[in-house]
Amino acid sequence: MGQSKSQLRAAVRDFYEDYAATLDADRVEAWPAFFTEDALYQVISRESHSQGLTHATIYCNGIRMIRDRGAAIRQTAVFEQRVIRHFISNVQVSEENGEIRGGANFLLIESLYDREPQVLMVGEYIDVLVRDGDGFKLKQRSAVYDNYRVRTTLVLPV
Amino acid sequence: MTLSNSIADERVWPELGACRVPSWVYTDQELFEREMEKFHYGKTWNFVGLECEIPEPNSYRRSFVGPRSVIITRDEQGEVHVVENRCAHRGAPVCWKQSGKGKDLTCPYHEWTYDLSGNLQGVPFLRGAKPHPGMPRDFNKADHGLRKLKTHVHNGTIWASYSEDVQPFEDYVGPEILRFINRVFPGREIRLLGYSRQHIPGNWKLYFENSRDPYHATLLHSFFTTFGLYRADAKFCVTPQPNGHEYIYSHFTSNTREASADMAAEMKNIKSSFTLEDMSVVTPVDEFKDGLISSLQVFPSIFIQQHGNILALRHILPKSAGGTELAWTYFGYADDTEEMKQLRLKQGNLVGPAGYVSLEDSEVLTQVQRTLTSAPDTVQVIEMGGRDNFEPSETAITETLLRSFWKFYRSEMGFDGAVA
Repeated sequence: MGQSKSQLRAAVRDFYEDYAATLDADRVEAWPAFFTEDALYQVISRESHSQGLTHATIYCNGIRMIRDRGAAIRQTAVFEQRVIRHFISNVQVSEENGEIRGGANFLLIESLYDREPQVLMVGEYIDVLVRDGDGFKLKQRSAVYDNYRVRTTLVLPV
Repeated sequence: MTLSNSIADERVWPELGACRVPSWVYTDQELFEREMEKFHYGKTWNFVGLECEIPEPNSYRRSFVGPRSVIITRDEQGEVHVVENRCAHRGAPVCWKQSGKGKDLTCPYHEWTYDLSGNLQGVPFLRGAKPHPGMPRDFNKADHGLRKLKTHVHNGTIWASYSEDVQPFEDYVGPEILRFINRVFPGREIRLLGYSRQHIPGNWKLYFENSRDPYHATLLHSFFTTFGLYRADAKFCVTPQPNGHEYIYSHFTSNTREASADMAAEMKNIKSSFTLEDMSVVTPVDEFKDGLISSLQVFPSIFIQQHGNILALRHILPKSAGGTELAWTYFGYADDTEEMKQLRLKQGNLVGPAGYVSLEDSEVLTQVQRTLTSAPDTVQVIEMGGRDNFEPSETAITETLLRSFWKFYRSEMGFDGAVA
């Protein structure tokens, strides 16, 4: 479709920022719409990822599990009130045979209502995207976190 | 017991004994140091890792006993050793990597080299930079090895002790705990699935208590109860064991969800209308053919759990009076089918730092620690099931395991008045 690499990167960056804004606005119900029906979404420690281990801290195979994660946060999870902000940078894209591989750094700052903000998590997204009309959907998203340890609890999706 | 310490002298346990817990027991750093000496560096067996984490000869991996860094090694002959990660020379950590391979360990600081069983092999400039003298003539390498811990391997699990006088492992855990360890570690080849770690700003004993407190599990973790994974109306076996250990098992049946009306009325958190779109997360296969969900604690280091098809180790790593690392290791078996591998991955969502039935624990314990720190002289009440009841329980609605723990702790730490 005659899109230059910089145009593609700009479009993917927009998509990533919409994704982040949705989660930052606590619109977890709208979050599954960023994924394809057969999407794989996982949040995995670098320790496991670098050793080729499969267990992920959050593992959703298919849109149903992605919706379940959002619903469980709303319906059953008990946690301290908090605000999360995503900071996404260094967006990378490549396209080959119609498959778009994307990636970016993420930084999550967590603010509990009576505490100083802290770095909750830092890491990288490793994605496979497909085109969806003028935009994209995630077919795969691995959020690989560099933290040796999660700071207390990981409540919301990354 | 000759433990006569200043804390026990200064601090007075509240009346009524094991059904009362003073808040300072979670916040006093000096007491924390005493606990590490008494328990983690004392006559106990500490879990340190799995054999499948060091599968080949000449491999090693770091772990912890209490706050101390140790190295688990497998030497050329295949024998497993546990040594302190502290150079006998200047105290630098010898191993700076999480894991690795090699015939020896070389401290980066001055390149003192040890074999994988901890024996000092080489010292650069042992005879000095000629013509200047080096180490004294009587310097004996045999006297300057890494601190070696007594090591025991049981069906793929690795345990270490600082004490040469510790009981044999089987006696230390006892026959009932051993039976439940062997249920998930029958000698079948283990497949490592991965790690999740979390830092909980809370005392290690809070986490120990939390995972032996089935009363809270039926109430705080509404996901559990909603899907019948852990219900107050199920039949339980909640059993205190010697040496600070315990085990719990319950019968899982999918129709446990149809709770009796009076139980449901007590459990306000049940969301009867909430369902999952992918129910495989809460629909385990009965792989052990006994219909049980089981967990056990081997004091002072590990919680071993089987919830459905999740096989997980919760390695409880005390860092300070107010901080604990919880290291989750997930595993399966080498001969798992593809279907079982997928089930373990999916059900893995239930536990860990983001677990549907565990994220509340780190949330509540963090806040409990803050409260206790601000009010160390307050006292907690542990009476569910009866003030002096230390017996096994057939209901989850009991605090018998907490009282049993505090009875053991008070005796070991010299708080029970029996020590002058």
